[in-house]
Amino acid sequence: MAERKISADPLARVEGEGALHVRLSDGEVQDVRLRIFEPPRFFEAFLRGRSFTEVPDITARICGICPVAYQLSSVAAMEDLCGVAAPEPIRALRRLLYCGEWIESHALHVFFLHGPDFLGYPNAFAMARDHRATVERALQLKKAGNALMRVVGGREIHPVNVRVGGFYRAPARAELAPVADELRVALEFAVEAVAWAAALPCPDHEEEFEFVALRERDRYAIEGGRLASSGGLDLAPAEFPEHFEEHQVPHSTALHSRLRDGRAYLTGPLARYALSSDRLSPAAREAAAAAGLGPVCRNPYRSIVVRAVEILYAVDEALRLIATYEPPHPPAVTVTPRAGTGHGWTEAPRGMLWHRYAIDGDGTILDARIVPPTSQNQARIEQSLTSVVTAHASLDDDQLQLRCEQAVRAYDPCISCATHFLETEIERC
Amino acid sequence: MSARKTLAVWKFASCDGCQLTLLDCEDELLPLAAELDIAYFLEAGLARVEDTYDLSIVEGSITTPEDATRIREIRARSARLITIGACAVAGGIQALRNFADVDDFMSVVYASPEYVSTLATSTPASAHVQVDFELQGCPPDKRQLLEVISAFLNDRRPAIAAHSVCVECKRAGNVCVIVAHGTPCLGPVTHAGCGALCPGYHRGCYGCFGPAEAPNPRSLVRHLELPEPERERLFRTFYAGSPAFGSPPDG
Repeated sequence: MAERKISADPLARVEGEGALHVRLSDGEVQDVRLRIFEPPRFFEAFLRGRSFTEVPDITARICGICPVAYQLSSVAAMEDLCGVAAPEPIRALRRLLYCGEWIESHALHVFFLHGPDFLGYPNAFAMARDHRATVERALQLKKAGNALMRVVGGREIHPVNVRVGGFYRAPARAELAPVADELRVALEFAVEAVAWAAALPCPDHEEEFEFVALRERDRYAIEGGRLASSGGLDLAPAEFPEHFEEHQVPHSTALHSRLRDGRAYLTGPLARYALSSDRLSPAAREAAAAAGLGPVCRNPYRSIVVRAVEILYAVDEALRLIATYEPPHPPAVTVTPRAGTGHGWTEAPRGMLWHRYAIDGDGTILDARIVPPTSQNQARIEQSLTSVVTAHASLDDDQLQLRCEQAVRAYDPCISCATHFLETEIERC
Repeated sequence: MSARKTLAVWKFASCDGCQLTLLDCEDELLPLAAELDIAYFLEAGLARVEDTYDLSIVEGSITTPEDATRIREIRARSARLITIGACAVAGGIQALRNFADVDDFMSVVYASPEYVSTLATSTPASAHVQVDFELQGCPPDKRQLLEVISAFLNDRRPAIAAHSVCVECKRAGNVCVIVAHGTPCLGPVTHAGCGALCPGYHRGCYGCFGPAEAPNPRSLVRHLELPEPERERLFRTFYAGSPAFGSPPDG
């Protein structure tokens, strides 16, 4: 019996540290494991006993790449709990901050983590030797996203300006003007980035997905919305546990999130695009059409094109929000704690992020539960790897390993996020 | 031309934000990669294993027996080793476990605790090995990070001021949030480096750069007159693992 093992250990160009193991026997996939060896950090445990006002600062530290996602999902849950709805000007400013995070996170992923795979480079530094101008402009695009986070949030990693109820201080219109200039330059490159991503040599590989993402009536969902799925779900945040469950699988100690009927599902750019591509701005829709994306993209490798479209959308949307910006006054609404349970979710760059908290009447946290996108996608990533290995079993080991790594990166897994609660088996080979 | 110095970036228990700070140096990243030989930086796709590295940058805290061994191995292979960020310098927010029973924490988060290998404490690298320089911040400031790298490339001490946030706040011309608004603020005891960010956004400093040199938390506690649990919550966050903030005096 011919047995083959494909390993990428440790896995490079992902956020956090993990490894990939695939075992084949006579061309049949026997086992696929996306292993996590990030040590646990126990956020849900030490949140107990903290104040409800501390969640944006504390949960931001789960992930340095998408802190705004944690901040805004956590404040949404606390406001839901306390029966407060932030008025539209505060929501618009949150959306603007979030656009900055989408731009910097996606630009990092498209050009530094995933892009090099398609052109056969081990990393972006090597890619820059032959494609200097592209990498330099990608860095400027990422910088524009960070500039936006800095002016609205105070800094790009772990912003300080987000609070339950709104913001500590609303930036003045004049403070946003220089960022708008930067974004206008970035917009030009964002259009080119879609074409660049679309022209990358891409494996021909389609899969059926159950797409799950937030959706809004009149805009592409970022900082809120109802949960929609290709199977027809339409849910409020409190209904999430009724339809999704986490369970342990025998080959891994990681909790996998699945639909209640046991199927794996996908959250993130491909899902958002499939469920809301008609809500994109005209410029983003046009670029997507020119890139050959239909209304739904089922090739996970092509997610790099969808991510580029989302960068363009986020730049475009940020410019629209700045053009119509009126500083919210006051910058935050008063939120008085009351005993109960609250739920909140937003669209992190890599997918839907759900928070649930229980607090007492003084605002002390009694229980916290956080379900990040990577833990939701993990079962689907492993399923995808099985499909990739089966379809490409004729490749030699090195080629097959690269193809698998490229597939894992297509989902932009953030292991730092997932590990704050993942069952972790330390296996250092 | 002499050979370029080799750099390695290592991750322990953390959020990835500190190494992202390096990738956030958008204008300096490519020149830096030309000046330095970045040998190992897994997130950026560099994984060249060498016997020794001229400079190792460490992010994250030590929370597992395996990582306690790994930090010693990295030290042995590094001519210079610097730690960056609250996790690597003081144990990070995850050092809140140091005040609790880790088995209780485990049972809150994990259904099958027997699979998880973890230590009862989250500790800084300096609790395990000798560290040549510690750069504060959650996250560190990117200009300070570049200054530290540049200093080590040129065999000089980094020019990083150890005074409190108050000095930066006065320099920025901010109104004092304690004096003017009675807002609790850790600025008087917190290490400078952020540029007095929070008072600039009309909120009190929450200490994410850790204790300044020779802080006087007792005096601040007396002035703020905070009841429990607010006093403990204010101090015991991202630098819970440092003595001055982890166990603040009660006034």
